[in-house]
Formats: sequence, structure tokens, C-alpha cells
Amino acid sequence: MKILLVGEYRDGKTLGTCAELIEFAARLGGEATMFLVGSKDALPNFSGTLYLADSTGAGEFNPDGHKKLLLEVIAKEQPQLVVFPHSSYGWDLAPRIALALKAAQVSEVVDLTEDTLIVPCCNSKLRRQVKVKTALTVVTLQAGAFTPQDQASATPHVIELPDAEPGTISFNGYEAAAAGGVDLSKAKVIVSAGRGIGKPENLSMIDALAKALNGEYAASRPVVDAEWAEHSRQVGTTGQTVAPKLYIACGISGAIQHLAGMKKSEFVIAINTDKDAPIGEVADVLAVADLKQLVPLLTAKIAGG
Amino acid sequence: MNILVCIKQVPDMESRFKVNAAGNWYEDTDLAWRMNEYDEYAVEQAVQLKEQVGAAELTVLCIGPERVKETMKKALAMGADKGMHILDPDSHQRDPMTIAAVIADYARQHNFDLIFTGMQSQDRGSAQVGVLVAEMLGIPSLTTLVEFSYADGTISAKRELEGGSRALVSCNTPALVTCQLGLNKPRYPTLPNIMKAKKKELLTAPLADFSTPELQQQTVAVFLPEKRGGGLILEGDPAELADQLLKIIKDKTTVLA
Ligand SMILES: Cc1cc2nc3c(=O)[nH]c(=O)nc-3n(C[C@H](O)[C@H](O)[C@H](O)COP(=O)(O)OP(=O)(O)OC[C@H]3O[C@@H](n4cnc5c(N)ncnc54)[C@H](O)[C@@H]3O)c2cc1C
Ligand SMILES: Nc1ncnc2c1ncn2[C@@H]1O[C@H](COP(=O)(O)O)[C@@H](O)[C@H]1O
Repeated sequence: MKILLVGEYRDGKTLGTCAELIEFAARLGGEATMFLVGSKDALPNFSGTLYLADSTGAGEFNPDGHKKLLLEVIAKEQPQLVVFPHSSYGWDLAPRIALALKAAQVSEVVDLTEDTLIVPCCNSKLRRQVKVKTALTVVTLQAGAFTPQDQASATPHVIELPDAEPGTISFNGYEAAAAGGVDLSKAKVIVSAGRGIGKPENLSMIDALAKALNGEYAASRPVVDAEWAEHSRQVGTTGQTVAPKLYIACGISGAIQHLAGMKKSEFVIAINTDKDAPIGEVADVLAVADLKQLVPLLTAKIAGG
Repeated sequence: MNILVCIKQVPDMESRFKVNAAGNWYEDTDLAWRMNEYDEYAVEQAVQLKEQVGAAELTVLCIGPERVKETMKKALAMGADKGMHILDPDSHQRDPMTIAAVIADYARQHNFDLIFTGMQSQDRGSAQVGVLVAEMLGIPSLTTLVEFSYADGTISAKRELEGGSRALVSCNTPALVTCQLGLNKPRYPTLPNIMKAKKKELLTAPLADFSTPELQQQTVAVFLPEKRGGGLILEGDPAELADQLLKIIKDKTTVLA
């Protein structure tokens, strides 16, 4: 099978998701080439052919331009599968390619069988097995689902692509995530509040448990979006990545974007009223309980020794 | 200004899901239904835009079975002017290309200046429909927005990137935008607005009125994921649970040492 991988580059760096694309292709046993709008100074660790457009000439974020360049490479390579990371770059560009080629797109693939692709649904509570009917398939891969093995260092065979015209969308630079606040990466214990806390006043009981354990409190995204906690406390894909000795997730369902930020924690306790909550997948212990009752009781016990 | 917002009705994600008899979707009885979370941000942004420009009409569109009308009424109570329900009892078996084609077909007949969608749906979660609609209509689409502003035919927005940084982007209308969590603070419909919404136009048309492409992909099975890790599940009286957790923290971690 011929596979075209679409790599991802941002702000001077080729992103780590490229290695996951390569791992996916290796698992399929296919013949892979890669497309990247990036830089000669940041080549991916890949041994095949790399079609490379320079991001200064092709625009770092230029969906129309990238689409045009990629469609030309697809016309030349005739792959059966085009693979993107399921990321802000991938989910933006992939449907543009799928429509142009009348290809089916299957998003957020986590696994595959001989002739089907497996994707999560309903916040990972279910899996869906999908069969594609088109000759060309576009897929996006869930971050972390195809964790690369140690890949021998390699240099691709580079074929340079021309610049791209500016399209209908202007890109006017980046804005960094708000600086300052707490550095959760150093905390040994993190007690994290999810939407299950119900109201902002309940954050204080999460903070109290964190203090009793000499740790920091953190939060899932809805708690930060509601401005109950500051962004520097957010754990996940669009927040911080943490790896404490103990992570206590209170009222957090365990969406993939949250897990991505905390699954390296050494020991995970989840407190949740829903026995089926996906956080159970990564928790060493799931206490099925109302956090409003259990958290203060636990804090008192710890304080009392 | 003519504005469209596309919403989907999804089950509450805290529901206990069971696989249906056909084995290809979840059993849809005994579920609580709500508006796809991402679409609440889309509706709110569309209503704010309407309030900003004054002379605007905001249509809310939803494809699905009869019950989706309940969710559409929430959008009307939040401030949409009228509803277009495209009746399709089998919408859960359509692929993203089909859903997008139906929306695009409707949009072509109405010349919208701006279309709002969520970045993804919580149940199917393909994150495709918005971009596909825009590509079908040949208009620009800005995705994963956490900030949106509009002035004189130009949209200036911020796209969220991994790690929480943002890309500053802009384009001209007509255009489509997909809304990410946290874009704004979706309003709660007030009682007077809920009453007013009852009088707003909510049209229904069958799916057959729209052109649909051939199905490109099919769900062959839906199943519960295998329980991994085999973590311990504790249930029972909270005071006892607290004792058990304290013991576990002492025995299995070094944080109290
Ligand atoms: C591109 C992208 C990036 C994202 N980035 C992040 C990120 O960085 N971080 C992040 O967290 N999310 C992120 N998200 C959002 C993510 O998909 C989820 O929506 C979010 O993590 C859900 O947060 P939650 O678990 O607190 O809320 P919910 O999913 O609503 O879960 C609430 C949980 O609380 C439980 N509960 C309710 N009441 C109680 C009670 N009294 N006691 C105990 N338990 C209770 C419920 O059973 C449920 O499991 C991102 C999403 C996208 C699309
Ligand atoms: N059945 C539907 N009816 C109306 N809009 C929909 C429907 N399905 C998806 N959408 C819109 O498309 C967005 C992305 O959905 P998806 O591609 O399924 O993840 C959603 O947030 C909605 O705005």
C-alpha cells in the first residue's frame, strides 16, 4: 500500500507527531512518503522521500496554498492513504483534501484491523469500527495512539516544492499562551478539579486537599473556560503536561485531551459519580462517589494523619 | 447580514451507553439529549454578531430525527430568529460528507454571509462537517476559534493551537468559522425568551429535498472499549472510601512519607 504522511511544522520546529505518522505507516507495512511545509533546517527523522516546501515561501499557515501543494504531490504519488495528525493543523487541512479528491475521511483513528479503522466516540465511552468505500482514504490519527518505538536516526531524500500563493486566509503571527502563573510540572501532588465540582465555590475544597498533600490544585478545561481557575492551572493538550507522583482527578470525565496532559502521572486516583467515566482507563483507583462528600472527608483524614 | 448556525443534538456524555440491536450505534432510548457543547459556543457567537450588526437574520439548522426540535428551541431562545429542521431519522448513519452536502445545499439557496459550526460533535466527533461545507461552497473557513471579531466584511480571529498558543488569522466574508470550547460564555435562555422562542418559525423539510452524495464510509460496528489497566474500583459509603483512599495513598505512594 502507498501511504502519504502529512507532517506538521510550527514556529521553527518539526512537530513530534511526525514520528507517530511514521509509526502508523510501519504498522500498516506500507510504503511511505512524506509531505511537509517546513524547513531544511528541521528535517524529520524519516528515511523515505520527503516533499518539502519552505514555510517562508509557502506560508506557515496557509490552508489554500498547502492544499494546492499537497494535491500536486498526491497526483504524482497516487497514494491509497493520506495520513494527518489529528491536530489543529491536521483537522483543518484534511477535510479540504478529502473533498477535493472525493475521498472518505476517517478522523481520530486509534487502531486498525485488516480492512477497518477504529475511532472513539462519545468521549471514548464507545469505539466505532468504520469501513471505507472510496479508493483513496484520508485519515487523522489520535495523538498518542501510535506511539513511536525508538526510531533509528535517518535523513530523508528531499524533493523541494515551489512556494505557494497566499490564499483567502491571512496568517498574522502567533500569540503565546499567557505566561506566568503556577508551574505544575514541578508539583509532586496534583489535585485536579473538573466540571463535576459544579460551582466555583467548590474549588476551595480541591485546593484544601491539595494543600493537605503539599501539592498544587489544577483544573480541566471547562473549569478554566468558566474562569473559575486561571489558564496556567489547566492540564491537557492545550494546557500543561504534568507527571506528579500522585494525581487526583475530581469530577473529571477523562477526555483524551485531558488524559494527554496527565497520563504520565505515577499514581492516579479518580473521584467520579460515573463508574463508566473514561478516566477509569488510566486511574489506578476509581472511587465512585460525590466529590463534594468525599473530598472534604479525605482532606480531614489526611490532616488528622 | 444573513447568518447561519449549524447545531447537532447529542446525548449527555455522562449517560450509560449501550450498543443498539443492529450493533452499529448506541441505543438511543433512555438518553438525555442536549446541544453539542461546541455548538453552544457557535450559537452564542452568532447571536452576539447579530446584536453587533443590528440588521441581521440568524437561522439555526439541524439535521436529525423529530426530537432535535427540542434542542433547536434552545437556540431560538438564545436568540436565533428562525429554525430549519431537516428531518432525517437515520442521520446517525450518514457520513460527514453527506451531512455537509445537505447543509451546503441549503446554504446555496440562501446566500449566507457567515456560517457558524462547532469544531466537532461530541458523539461522532469527526471535526469535518464545518470545513467540508465551506469547501463545497468555495468560501474560506477558519477553524478552532477561541476569539472572534467582525468588522466591515472582515473576520479577525484566533485559532487555538496545541499547548494553548494561538494563531492570529483573518479572512473576508462570506466565510465559515468553527467554534472551540471557551470562545465565549454561552447565555442561558431566560424564561421570557423561552416563551418568545415558541412563536418563532421552525420549518421542517425532509432530507429527500436535498441532494446527497453516495455514502463513502459506513459504521460496521460499535462496541465498548476493553477495560485497560484493571484499576481498582471502590464503591460505598464516603467515610469508608476516605479511609480506603488514605490507606492506598500511604501504601502505594510516597507522598505522605
Ligand atoms: C482541541 C481540544 C483541546 C482540548 N484541550 C483540553 C485541555 O487541555 N484540557 C482539558 O481538560 N480539556 C481539553 N479539551 C476538552 C475536553 O475534550 C473535555 O471537554 C474536557 O476535558 C472535559 O472536562 P471535564 O472532565 O471536567 O468535564 P466533563 O467531561 O463534563 O466531565 C465531568 C465529570 O464529572 C463527573 N461528576 C459530575 N458531578 C460529580 C460529583 N458531584 N462528584 C464526582 N464526579 C462528578 C461526571 O460524571 C463527569 O465524568 C480540549 C478539547 C479540544 C477539542
Ligand atoms: N446533524 C447535524 N445537523 C446540523 N449540524 C451538524 C450536524 N452534524 C454536525 N453538524 C455541525 O458540524 C460540526 C462538526 O461536526 P462533526 O464533523 O460531526 O464533528 C458540529 O459542531 C455542528 O456544528
